[in-house]
Amino acid sequence: MPNYDLTPEQDMLRKTIRDFAEKEIKPVRQQLDEKEEFSTDLTHQMGELGLFGMTVSPDYGGQGMDTLSYVICVEELARVDACQAATVAAENSLGIGPIYNYGNEEQKRKYLPDLCSGKSLWGFGLTEADAGSDAGNSKTRAELKNGKWVINGSKIFITNSATKITAGVTVQAITGEKGDGKKAISCIIVEQGTPGFTAKEMHKKMTWRSSNTGELYFDNVTVPESNLLGKRGGGFQQMLATLDSGRLGIGAMGLGGAQGAFEAALEYSKQRKAFGQPISKFQVNAFKLADCAMEIEAARNLLYKACWLKDQERPFGKEAAMAKLYCSEVFHRVANHSVQLHGGYGLMEEYPAAKFYRDQKLLEIGEGTSEIQRIVISRYLGL
Amino acid sequence: MKIAVLIKQVPDTESKIRVKSDGSGIEETDVKYIVNPYCEYAIEEAIRTKEKIKAGEPEAPVATVVISLGPDRALEALRTALAMGIDKAIHIDSEGKIFDGFQTAKILAGVLKAGAFDLIFCGKQAIDDDNSQVAQMTAEFLDFPQVMIIQKFDLTPDSKGALVTRQVGGGAREIYEAVFPLILGCEKGLNTPRYASLPGIMKAKTKPVEKLKASAFLGDTGPLTQFIHYQLPPERAAGKKLDGEAPQQAHELARLLREEAKVI
Ligand SMILES: Cc1cc2nc3c(=O)[nH]c(=O)nc-3n(C[C@H](O)[C@H](O)[C@H](O)COP(=O)(O)OP(=O)(O)OC[C@H]3O[C@@H](n4cnc5c(N)ncnc54)[C@H](O)[C@@H]3O)c2cc1C
Repeated sequence: MPNYDLTPEQDMLRKTIRDFAEKEIKPVRQQLDEKEEFSTDLTHQMGELGLFGMTVSPDYGGQGMDTLSYVICVEELARVDACQAATVAAENSLGIGPIYNYGNEEQKRKYLPDLCSGKSLWGFGLTEADAGSDAGNSKTRAELKNGKWVINGSKIFITNSATKITAGVTVQAITGEKGDGKKAISCIIVEQGTPGFTAKEMHKKMTWRSSNTGELYFDNVTVPESNLLGKRGGGFQQMLATLDSGRLGIGAMGLGGAQGAFEAALEYSKQRKAFGQPISKFQVNAFKLADCAMEIEAARNLLYKACWLKDQERPFGKEAAMAKLYCSEVFHRVANHSVQLHGGYGLMEEYPAAKFYRDQKLLEIGEGTSEIQRIVISRYLGL
Repeated sequence: MKIAVLIKQVPDTESKIRVKSDGSGIEETDVKYIVNPYCEYAIEEAIRTKEKIKAGEPEAPVATVVISLGPDRALEALRTALAMGIDKAIHIDSEGKIFDGFQTAKILAGVLKAGAFDLIFCGKQAIDDDNSQVAQMTAEFLDFPQVMIIQKFDLTPDSKGALVTRQVGGGAREIYEAVFPLILGCEKGLNTPRYASLPGIMKAKTKPVEKLKASAFLGDTGPLTQFIHYQLPPERAAGKKLDGEAPQQAHELARLLREEAKVI
């Protein structure tokens, strides 16, 4: 029989992060969102709590925790604010993950301690203006000349890449051709401040407004050959594996966001009166809330199972894609119901429903769109 | 130096309290429990005191111990204190009984005496029954000095006592110098309790938790007060809104105060 109890540590973790999110993030989330401002302050506080490098070994400054604990933390942050959750989830899976999983000893010792303490951040540059879902079609190139990589090209939509505390990025670049004529893609480390490298903050987002998103330009950026991450030509596989794990984080953001939007809707529907009674008393509304509660429960079970598989070191790619897809679509439905139940006030930023609604949409697009998740799942079905 | 922290687990202020139908207590099933907020200041001050001493003298022997009397669920509160940074926990099992403040103080005094502590921090009161008596009575049993409702704490230069400040009426402050062993009741403003960090939570798993039984320290001490019956305060009746111009309103208000409220 499966065991649905969390460990006492996981319970305490949830409580602590919930408490932190309620007391430190909630009071400022609206203001940061309005100003489209990334908060270095909150990032450092989250670093002190140990929210970066959660699954990294303590040898490199991480917390050595299991995947489920990590997902619970992201869920609790997202219940209050998608943007801080995004900073944490992207940093753990995209910023820190590849360096920890594919870096050599020297690279890990050099970069991980500062990243795991939240002192600095790191981006993972895959997407280009003309290559998102079709990442294999990217154009950015790195040529090896006299023992150095010379990188040219650009990246777009890169989370955590253009903050004041960003220390660098891992960039996916074409590094030649493979024997079969296909492009060889590799990951290369580029530190902030390398001549020819610029990271520009992107603004006017509808969603995740206080999470940092950057555009990267590489103009003859020259870095040592030793900045190669993992095997030459292994970049595409590294990216696929990184995204498998990353999906659990996005799933957690969907689950936590859905929980937050649901709680807001529940509270409001019990207070708002129309035709002489709370609107929650109308069956159509009560049923909506019942459906939300049910779908959130199902989403949580699916996501936690995917984490459990990963923690057991079993294959989890299919379940991770399912959890990412399902949790973000549950959040979609719940956020929609939440706004609907709030009526006109649901469209005003004074209430949290509007922000949940806006922040939700990214989850069906980032780290593999919903369509791409369905492609991944169909492939597991042999289709 | 041995520092003890006395903590109580109490219902979360956000929990809806329901009284059992026979009035013998509160319905515990739906209640979420937390560490009494004033006890959190006590935990934080103990950890800071240890950190301060260690910063000056890394080899100095300083031990912090958190103690709670209560049912099994009190373990959760103790674990929180360990995750924040306390070294060791003592759980005194209440063995299914409810004690009044006097008995609680007797039990705690027994445990503290056995531990030979120099400095004891506790919350100025617990937010569940708001008795504000246990710390003082514990001090009395032990014949230790005590200062309650403190907002500032500093060790004396020789580390054999402390300088503490408490706010009194009209914004005035009382400053005490007291020698160890000493019991202090912590008030809001003393510090900002830290969040348990993730590494802290992991470390707490391996920290020792000693189990004691309340009966071993209570002896035949009976209660001085008894719980007879629990009831919720009456629901507040709807307010009254006065209409008309200000002079009429004033007139009506005076009439209501005299005739209905009968306070003037
Ligand atoms: C706030 C934010 C943060 C981001 N952070 C990062 C980051 O840190 N690093 C990074 O590398 N990228 C990041 N991204 C980029 C993100 O991963 C891409 O936007 C996403 O993968 C989609 O790519 P695209 O925008 O090019 O859309 P396209 O790939 O152009 O897709 C357009 C539409 O076509 C559909 N489509 C595409 N191919 C197929 C197909 N085969 N079958 C059916 N439908 C298909 C898509 O599902 C979508 O609906 C971020 C994006 C945002 C908005």
